[in-house]
Amino acid sequence: MNEEITLESFNHLVELAALELTADEAEYLRAQLNQQLLAIHQLSAIPLEADVPAAAHGIAYTAENSQGPRADEWRPYADTAAILGQVPEMDGGYIVAPDVPHTTLE
Amino acid sequence: MELCDLSAYEMSRMVRQRQASASEILASCLERIARVDGRPGTLDAGEITAEDQQRVHAFLNVTTDRARSQAIAVDRHVAAGEDPGLLAGVPVAIKDLFCVKDTLTTAASRILSNFRAPYSATPVARMESAGAVMIGKVNLDEFAYGSSNESSAYQPCPRNPWDTTRVPGGSSGGGAAAVAAGEAPLSLGTDTAGSIRQPAAFCGVVGLKPTYGRVSRYGLLAFASSIDCPGPIARNVTDAALMFQTIAGMDPADSTTAANPVEDCLASLENGIEGMRIGLSPDYFRITFFNPETGEAEQQALPDEIELSVRRAAEVLRGMGAEIIEDVPMPNTIYAIPAYFVVSRVEAASNLHRYDGVKYGRRTAQPVSDLNQLYRKSRGEGFGPQPKLRILMGMYVSAAQYAEQYYNRALKVRTLIRRDFDAVFDRSGPYRLDALLTPTTPTTAFPLGAVYGDSVLMQYADQLTVAANHAGVPAVSVPGGLDQNSLPIGIQLIGSDYSEAKILRIARTYEKGAQDEPWRGMKPAALRAV
Repeated sequence: MNEEITLESFNHLVELAALELTADEAEYLRAQLNQQLLAIHQLSAIPLEADVPAAAHGIAYTAENSQGPRADEWRPYADTAAILGQVPEMDGGYIVAPDVPHTTLE
Repeated sequence: MELCDLSAYEMSRMVRQRQASASEILASCLERIARVDGRPGTLDAGEITAEDQQRVHAFLNVTTDRARSQAIAVDRHVAAGEDPGLLAGVPVAIKDLFCVKDTLTTAASRILSNFRAPYSATPVARMESAGAVMIGKVNLDEFAYGSSNESSAYQPCPRNPWDTTRVPGGSSGGGAAAVAAGEAPLSLGTDTAGSIRQPAAFCGVVGLKPTYGRVSRYGLLAFASSIDCPGPIARNVTDAALMFQTIAGMDPADSTTAANPVEDCLASLENGIEGMRIGLSPDYFRITFFNPETGEAEQQALPDEIELSVRRAAEVLRGMGAEIIEDVPMPNTIYAIPAYFVVSRVEAASNLHRYDGVKYGRRTAQPVSDLNQLYRKSRGEGFGPQPKLRILMGMYVSAAQYAEQYYNRALKVRTLIRRDFDAVFDRSGPYRLDALLTPTTPTTAFPLGAVYGDSVLMQYADQLTVAANHAGVPAVSVPGGLDQNSLPIGIQLIGSDYSEAKILRIARTYEKGAQDEPWRGMKPAALRAV
């Protein structure tokens, strides 16, 4: 198996991604990631001249097809209670979440 | 023929001319759903029974009450002599990736299993304003991540109406299956790598991926924001044009929607294709895939039946007045999947960070000591394997030390793919094509369980569709025959920017030219007993 993503780097990725995985999931996902990277490596074989620009979209946005910025207008939503009613935990109009852990930056 | 089997165009005409009511049409579709769909997909669905294996399972949620209210409103408009709209009384099934006000909008994911949309997506609102009746939400691959519908957290997942042991394709598989089974004449899907066209091909219906920015993404739960395209799934080309015409056009709520006017597709649909130049490319008659045994990329010819269907379609179009241009080079098509692996994962990872169990959606019920634990447990429990894979790969290939090697390189490859299309559609170039004619998929519908789990092989199901997504150009898949197992084969027409009217016109011309072919009379197996 391709091991470009080692167990150590995989665990670091999982931490950054804020995911909790079972052991089976972790094994499957790391194997799939390494398989996908083999396919992705085809990209490195493509001759790319220095002047090839990166494309944010396939379609070019020009004066003809661009909207331009819309007016910055406030549009009140009629039923904010319905939206706030979907919050998992509320208290006195505040969204409740557990404490943010303190970490010391190195 | 039952009302539910009519085209959307015919349904709307009958409603407006008072030959049938919207309520009668809705009742017919609801009856068909009751007869063929089986139990809807649910979380923790338990064992798949023998009965389940015979059903289509397209729907997650049939919104009967809402649909009846809308149908009654249409009938009242008609009775009052008012214009009920272009889609008067036409039932539409909505991929559950679009917000529809006050309905559950789950993305087929556990993490959004309790989310009710506070507003409706622009394409949905436009269809409803035109008199359409929203009959329900249809299943999909979780967050649209897949090509078979098997990754849905809601099981039983949709099955192919032509053979319920096979997948309907994906990610808009529920919509394609519903349309093929006569449960609704139209479905709103999305296409990021082929997610409208591939299931349309597998289910023997028509699927249009519009030009990027031609249809608003407002109210669509984002997958890959630089590629996602909402579009129609229908049983014929006229219906696809009718729906496209309704949903297309600028939307101030989505700044990427194009400001240039939408061409009238319906007006030109029957104008024929005399003198049009339609290309065939050898690069679309073979697939290049990654061999996990050797680690090398290998090429393989398409199955003969699929190539023959495309060549037969070319002969039909030649007979209808088109000029067929052979050997059109599309050399960068082979890089479309590797580039997609990178671009789509980076954008998906970014879009999935918002689901954290704090503001909406599912929050873990386990005790947690701090916010990080809440995130990890909520996301760990809420996401299935495909979103997790995309998050991890997206973060890996966009990390500072790898971004140049992977992400920035993939964006440059997108430029090369775009140049392929620019060259062949260039009006002063050597090819001057009006459209490229290709197969839609490298295979017909594969058996459930045959590919799922192998994320690399599954992605290659989109090899012939994804280049159009990178380039942003429009493409339509139409039925082009049946294989030896009586499974539908799709053929694809790809056009230049904003040329939906033209490719739909070519597709309609092909539909007319091939209307007497014997396979046209075949029905999906799920309907034969109906």
